[in-house]
Amino acid sequence: MIHSLFLINCSGDIFLEKHWKSVVSQSVCDYFFEAQEKAADVENVPPVISTPHHYLISIYRDKLFFVSVIQTEVPPLFVIEFLHRVADTFQDYFGECSEAAIKDNVVIVYELLEEMLDNGFPLATESNILKELIKPPTILRSVVNSITGSSNVGDTLPTGQLSNIPWRRAGVKYTNNEAYFDVVEEIDAIIDKSGSTVFAEIQGVIDACIKLSGMPDLSLSFMNPRLLDDVSFHPCIRFKRWESERVLSFIPPDGNFRLISYRVSSQNLVAIPVYVKHNISFKENSSCGRFDITIGPKQNMGKTIEGITVTVHMPKVVLNMNLTPTQGSYTFDPVTKVLTWDVGKITPQKLPSLKGLVNLQSGAPKPEENPSLNIQFKIQQLAISGLKVNRLDMYGEKYKPFKGVKYVTKAGKFQVRT
Amino acid sequence: MSSNSFAYNEQSAGGEATELGQEATSTISPSGAFGLFSSDLKKNEDLKQMLESNKDSAKLDAMKRIVGMIAKGKNASELFPAVVKNVASKNIEIKKLVYVYLVRYAEEQQDLALLSISTFQRALKDPNQLIRASALRVLSSIRVPIIVPIMMLAIKEASADLSPYVRKNAAHAIQKLYSLDPDQKEMLIEVIEKLLKDKSTLVAGSVVMAFEEVCPDRIDLIHKNYRKLCNLLVDVEEWGQVVIIHMLTRYARTQFVSPWKEGDGLEDNEKNFYESDDEQKEKADKRKAYAMDPDHRLLIRNTKPLLQSRNAAVVMAVAQLYWHIAPKSETGVISKSLVRLLRSNREVQYIVLQNIATMSIQRKGMFEPYLKSFYVRSTDPTMIKTLKLEILTNLANEANISTLLREFQTYVKSQDKQFAAATIQTIGRCATNISEVTDTCLNGLVCLLSNRDEIVVAESVVVIKKLLQMQPAQHGEIIKHMAKLLDSITVPVARASILWLIGENCERVPKIAPDVLRKTAKSFTSEDDLVKLQILNLGAKLYLTNSKQTKLLTQYILNLGKYDQNYDIRDRTRFIRQLIVPNEKSGALSKYAKKIFLAQKPAPLLESPFKDRDHFQLGTLSHTLNTKATGYLELSNWPEVAPDPSVRNVEVIELAKEWTPAGKAKKENSVKKFYSESEEEEDSSDSSSDSESGSGSESGELGESGEERDSSEDSSEDSSSGQDSESESESGVQSKRAAKKNSKPKGKSGCEDGEKENEKSKTSESSNAESSSIEESSSDSESESDSESEAESRRVAKVSTPVFVPMKSHVLLHRMSGKGLAASYYFPRQPCIFGDKMVSVQITLNNTTDQKIENIHIGEKKLPMGMQMHVFNPVDSLEPEGSITVSMGIDFCDSTQTASFQLCTKDDCFSVSIQPPVGELLLPVAMSEKDFKKEQGMLTGMNETSAIIVAAPQNFTPSVILQKVVNVANVGAVPSGQDNIQRFAAKTVHSGSLMLVTVELKEGSTAQLIINTEKTVIGSVLLRELKPVLSQG
Repeated sequence: MIHSLFLINCSGDIFLEKHWKSVVSQSVCDYFFEAQEKAADVENVPPVISTPHHYLISIYRDKLFFVSVIQTEVPPLFVIEFLHRVADTFQDYFGECSEAAIKDNVVIVYELLEEMLDNGFPLATESNILKELIKPPTILRSVVNSITGSSNVGDTLPTGQLSNIPWRRAGVKYTNNEAYFDVVEEIDAIIDKSGSTVFAEIQGVIDACIKLSGMPDLSLSFMNPRLLDDVSFHPCIRFKRWESERVLSFIPPDGNFRLISYRVSSQNLVAIPVYVKHNISFKENSSCGRFDITIGPKQNMGKTIEGITVTVHMPKVVLNMNLTPTQGSYTFDPVTKVLTWDVGKITPQKLPSLKGLVNLQSGAPKPEENPSLNIQFKIQQLAISGLKVNRLDMYGEKYKPFKGVKYVTKAGKFQVRT
Repeated sequence: MSSNSFAYNEQSAGGEATELGQEATSTISPSGAFGLFSSDLKKNEDLKQMLESNKDSAKLDAMKRIVGMIAKGKNASELFPAVVKNVASKNIEIKKLVYVYLVRYAEEQQDLALLSISTFQRALKDPNQLIRASALRVLSSIRVPIIVPIMMLAIKEASADLSPYVRKNAAHAIQKLYSLDPDQKEMLIEVIEKLLKDKSTLVAGSVVMAFEEVCPDRIDLIHKNYRKLCNLLVDVEEWGQVVIIHMLTRYARTQFVSPWKEGDGLEDNEKNFYESDDEQKEKADKRKAYAMDPDHRLLIRNTKPLLQSRNAAVVMAVAQLYWHIAPKSETGVISKSLVRLLRSNREVQYIVLQNIATMSIQRKGMFEPYLKSFYVRSTDPTMIKTLKLEILTNLANEANISTLLREFQTYVKSQDKQFAAATIQTIGRCATNISEVTDTCLNGLVCLLSNRDEIVVAESVVVIKKLLQMQPAQHGEIIKHMAKLLDSITVPVARASILWLIGENCERVPKIAPDVLRKTAKSFTSEDDLVKLQILNLGAKLYLTNSKQTKLLTQYILNLGKYDQNYDIRDRTRFIRQLIVPNEKSGALSKYAKKIFLAQKPAPLLESPFKDRDHFQLGTLSHTLNTKATGYLELSNWPEVAPDPSVRNVEVIELAKEWTPAGKAKKENSVKKFYSESEEEEDSSDSSSDSESGSGSESGELGESGEERDSSEDSSEDSSSGQDSESESESGVQSKRAAKKNSKPKGKSGCEDGEKENEKSKTSESSNAESSSIEESSSDSESESDSESEAESRRVAKVSTPVFVPMKSHVLLHRMSGKGLAASYYFPRQPCIFGDKMVSVQITLNNTTDQKIENIHIGEKKLPMGMQMHVFNPVDSLEPEGSITVSMGIDFCDSTQTASFQLCTKDDCFSVSIQPPVGELLLPVAMSEKDFKKEQGMLTGMNETSAIIVAAPQNFTPSVILQKVVNVANVGAVPSGQDNIQRFAAKTVHSGSLMLVTVELKEGSTAQLIINTEKTVIGSVLLRELKPVLSQG
């Protein structure tokens, strides 16, 4: 399936290559560079490229291109999903998935790639299994290894690989047994000029951090499970149980993982926590325009809205911006034409605003359309959909774990058209 | 460039330095700058030394640096000898890195690579499964043709390994070996066949992958494992799921009939809603006539939970499965999950949107509720935007078009001009598809003509041109407006479009057109080629309609064109001149010049670029690229008539250690009926679906048999109340349904049982059977029986396969004489598990008393000379009203002598005896017609017995004869080239002597029955038995 993998950085250097079958020459990447050139923007490089003898399927992650070489028919999502899993694994091992991190750990990277694919077909992708086979680098371990001569490579088959719960390692031991759940909801919305909602929906995930000894069997129930319209599960969740009782029952992997992601249907009205008043205009036949935006809270359920950032991609004719914020700070990058206003918290008494003048390239026609505003915010201790965890029960182990649930609401793809 | 590569070198050297820094103990510590200043050669010298040192840490350092070189794509092949020496290192990390190196360079250094082979061979026997597995991995990854036999051996051994992990690796190795040496195919298929039977979820995905790569056409290997795969699917790892689902999709399309009813291709939901009651009833009737194969249902049901997978590839795989094989009314469930994937990263979005685009062309209804999820964000990459736009266009209808047009208005203003242009095209398409809004759209587009951006204007012009062309109505105003634009617009396509439009409508704008020509004549030389051609066209058209005003202008333009640099334009000029300017040489054509130039032109069709993608399987690379990718496997069309469903039946023997009596009654009956008498009865009068549901639940591990039973019961009701399809076939009047059922080839299981014998003849036969089943759908009972007999022969491809006839149960012990214990026996026609010379016998014990009967066993045996008997295990106790079936084997020594023995309980002993009908002493064998004739030729003279039968002609149809012969004797049909001769072959159980039966139809409702066999006694007995049966009405 997957023949070879090339890692390419932003400046077009191939800094790592790995082949699972016969060696494919680096020159195959020329087709990729060609497509990249054509696309102008990295985001627009087509993920699937056809070349005379091969097919290239690529992903773009953290300023790196993962380009895989395929020779025969294969579901493209299979490869894409796998490449993202590789990137996730690097992230997991090295804390970041960057060129420097990969180069520093090239041997581990190679060992990982060797374990993850055999003859181009995924062999082990569960992080719990991989970590038993190849230990992640830590400073302590490298010191210990150098003294004792032991290695980073496990010499027995990880127990998970053979069990029917491959995601969990055997023999997990903690002194403090803890299970934390983060309910994170993101609001995706498009708000039109007049402030009415064109489209809004809530996308949620429950991320778990489980540090429990032994083989705990957990079940998590909600006060209002009907809210969840469409759910995707970590393989550990017993689907039947959810179908019949709407309870999440599972033996968790060890460590951090995403338990479920869900969508709250757009049929339910989504409460939009902020509103924006905007007045952006460009004068005809003059080289300046006005820019004025104000953000206010709306239906925030008594919680503070914080971490507000407004990002605006200004039209190309904008040369510079001269603005004054009543709160926070702003930057304008004249090259990418991106205006970023870091607002911070909203205090209802004094609404934050950003006002000022826009300098346009003289002589150029005024922009057709006002730019849309992308807004980021965060509300702690609130799941905007109203989802509430009811209880967490543990079976199979004797000890009493420490349990915790945290709710956060964030803006997802939140866009205000002006 | 040079400075660039220098920087890169520095970087890499830096990388090494840090790496070395981590290894604090490196004995020989090369300085960080070493790599920068020394030549590669010297550096390698140094590595060689490190590899030859006796310290593991030095070796490890060296290997790490070498792996670093490999990773960067630098050549490290000259270190091969030094590295290979370390292949047997005790240090597992060194070993692994050496493996990495070997796999990379072995192909280039084949001779040296051979040095390492013995190490792997030893490691293959290691008690540690991880080491066995990785040895196999490396061994099979070394692409050295010389070791193919060694690899083959290793794979064979590993495929029988106790560890499923090793077996998984064996499955991977199959593909590697196949790509190295395709000649090994046959042997590899055997291994695949073996591994397909594996019950481990770990192996399933990998072996199916191997199957797909090596022998995707050997769909027959899947039959027996189909239900197992369906049931295991949820527990297989996610990557395996994708592969298995894709394979099963293909499988389903060859094995089941279409669940799509005719005429409900598009949006059947909607139509149903508005339909009158009558129509609905009609539809319901039709629907009833179709009953889904329970196996088909099993697949659809078992994949549904996977829509909830976190892995986008799995979700997409299930979605395409539903799209391609589920009934249209059930496909709706996938849309929600697909829309969910749109939250994922851009690459996933791209693929998913492409697939949704294809789906939304055919079935708008599916995605309409999610219309808003496809609204475009200004931050989306352009490729995502255009795909979303495509889907929005497909989803547009009368109800939502106004909302959509408002949304499009926003898009048109987008800063991304490429996207804005695409939006304009979209508006054009909406305008043509939905007539209500055509005028609105046209007005909107005309407004865009005054847009400041040239690309937008140009695109609008092109789209308006197309729209106007479709609407022959008067649009003089718009054309005038566009004529004015000609002064300002510079985009060639747009200018060309305007000129063409004016030329086409030159009679409607008689004042403007000549003026436009005048202006363009002035600028002719500086125009783009595209525009020049249109100026020529415009001139020609005006010359024909308004020659008074434009004659000179046109000639001027033609003169310019004559000397143009582009030969296309010169050609066109010459052509037009000859055609329109009258001179003495001008031919007959010039009379028609006006008709030629101003003919009514058909309007262009604005179509989705995704229109023609639906012939590719969704979710595949080929679909994404819209060209056939290497190795793409076509999804076949639904068969007209489903192939035999019983091939998927799995003998329960593996689980229960007990032979199940195979199919009774109806020919399509199969396994199961093993648990209780009552069920048996039901089966024998019912159709195949019942027995399938039974075996489905037997093999199933998910305990969903209840539901399954429901659906199968439905289907049996449907099938003309499941009654005697036999009698129907006799009367020759058959419902299509019955025909279908009847003709299903039975137990093809032979093919799956792992015998290679007859491999070739089987495939040829199966293709025969296929062709005849197609034939059959058009013609009636005769051709049907053809396929039947051929199918029959496939069934006996291997001796073990049962023949499906009504079961004849014989009383062994009557309850009156047995003090309440009743026993009956029958012959399941399975090869005996206790010995290959034995006939297997199933004994059903019934307790008719109101007390427990304990310790039922066989006591003293009184057997004739040479006869042997394998008794059943004693039954500890039998509850009142209870019944149990046990199996035993008796070697009758090919005689019809009676086996007498005592059936004992705790308190009593009863003498009983079994006398076998001669037909049960046989086992069917597969044989080609040619072989049959050859064998028959050797068994003539005293080995041949024959008789003449007289019977009514309707009793001599091939299917009736087959039915009757098979009822009497356990023989297998031989495919026959002649209509009037039917042949059957079998061998005796004990001695394996052939038993050849021929029925040759003669004139005057007579037939000749010939039996050729060495065992003349049995032969003549069989003849005696067959004769009355065949002559009966």
